[in-house]
Amino acid sequence: MGARENILARIRKAQGRPGVEPTEQERALVREAVARHEVGPQPPFAHAPDRLAQFRRECERLGTTHATVASDGGIPAEIARYLDEGGLERRLAGWHEFAGLDWDGAGIAFDDRPATSQDRTGLTGCFCAIAETGTTLLLSAPESPKLTALLPETHLCIVRAARLLDTMEDAFALLRREVGEPPRSVFFVSGPSRTADIEQTIVIGAHGPYRVHVVIVA
Amino acid sequence: MQVVETDLGEYILQLAHEPPSHIVAPAVHKSKEQVADLFVAAHGKPRLTDIPAMTREAREALREHFLTADMGVSGSNFVIAETGTTLTVTNEGNADMVTTLPRIHCVITGVEKVIGTLEDFATLIRLLPRSAIGQTIANYLTLTTGVKMPGDVDGPEQMHIVLVDAGRTKLVGSDLQEMLRCIRCGACMNHCPVYQNVGGHAYGWVYPGPMGSILTPVYVGLENAGDLPNAATFCGECAVACPVKIPLPDLMRKLREQQFDRKLRPWAERMAIAAWGFAVTRPGLYALLSGAGARIAKWMGGRDGLIHSLPGIDGWTKGRDMPAPEGKTFRELYRRRRDSAADGAR
Repeated sequence: MGARENILARIRKAQGRPGVEPTEQERALVREAVARHEVGPQPPFAHAPDRLAQFRRECERLGTTHATVASDGGIPAEIARYLDEGGLERRLAGWHEFAGLDWDGAGIAFDDRPATSQDRTGLTGCFCAIAETGTTLLLSAPESPKLTALLPETHLCIVRAARLLDTMEDAFALLRREVGEPPRSVFFVSGPSRTADIEQTIVIGAHGPYRVHVVIVA
Repeated sequence: MQVVETDLGEYILQLAHEPPSHIVAPAVHKSKEQVADLFVAAHGKPRLTDIPAMTREAREALREHFLTADMGVSGSNFVIAETGTTLTVTNEGNADMVTTLPRIHCVITGVEKVIGTLEDFATLIRLLPRSAIGQTIANYLTLTTGVKMPGDVDGPEQMHIVLVDAGRTKLVGSDLQEMLRCIRCGACMNHCPVYQNVGGHAYGWVYPGPMGSILTPVYVGLENAGDLPNAATFCGECAVACPVKIPLPDLMRKLREQQFDRKLRPWAERMAIAAWGFAVTRPGLYALLSGAGARIAKWMGGRDGLIHSLPGIDGWTKGRDMPAPEGKTFRELYRRRRDSAADGAR
């Protein structure tokens, strides 16, 4: 017997179950329990009356800045405003999804490719966002490279208001409905990277971005 | 093989060749001056003592490693059975780099980390960052299920998951089973007066504080960590702070019982406990002995009411005096009070 079998046999023995393999009945019980996807306790504000206000409030608590635009057409101008305000270069590497917007009109150089360590600003969308915690959820796929959100010092994220959900459980339900099995990476981003490892002093910008700016498309 | 720690605190400790002193803030015992010296030696750059600037220097040094490493090794805070998912929880974003950039991703984690569903994860992740650092959520959560898919531009080509037992299954069905619920948040040590005074290194292994006082004896053997279950005042703060309601003081008490049963404590201590156990289960005998003891102790206190030396346990009185008791036991005082109350009622 290998280590795996030994470990599983020890657990069965300690639990007073006979044999070394689970019975068909035990397997069925497990399948049934998993299929229920039972939701545990949630805090009262998990289902806030004003979901968008809750999302904005949580973003602010985590150091994420946000702005709201009326339509996709308003995204480049808002981003130009944000970059100028922070004294940042008007250049970014972004997800292909946004390549068709009028970046030239806003005076921004848009590189339609995954961001590298050399890029200062990365622009991504998201699968959905979570109001309870001010979180955006990114799924790995050929046209949604994760590193664009992680390597540059500034991460810009477009959130569509229609894709804003209350909780992580709602996000998992949506994932099951629209995608099925989770893809390789399910990436939850809640604010800029931070550390407090030297003298418990909070520093923004550890390994990931120093700035996260969410643009909500109403 | 070159192995580089990527969490800033763990990186500092790797440079210092030291073990962690806290499971969430591993380098909490280091001053920025000490870290500055370590960075000068490791990076060969001018000495910085501004914490944000030091953090940036480490970021730049470690970014090189992220981009060039052949293999990333991570743990997994939970393992989700439903989907075969491993996951990391960080504020720095280091684990997200480690699990995305190198060609090979290796996960090493304990067998007790397995949970049922994604919904179970949603429940537990409400507890972990709140209890660990007071945030509603950690800045980065990455759920990893398998390798890079066709067309993906990032992600590892190979993934290996190593589930470690190393003593964990011994806990199943034992007195200490509840310890398997531990989510490694560190709340117990943050609230522990003993940890606050002795620091993490005094616990002698990777897990300090109350959770370490239970896990270390289990993993390295009670005979090798005998002081740990006794390094507690049983104030109970850890059990109050624990988000998964592990009765930590009760578990330490069970380890003390095991030490007694397995004769792992000094002979004199075991005899004293055995004698006390004999007396305390015989109320008449206990009243007689405690009554005599209280009177002797009062006599030992002399005129100033202080005992300057206790025979046999003089370590206790080496640097301080022990106030002598009043000469009557609680039960005697209680009986007298009850009787006088009854007289008054009559």
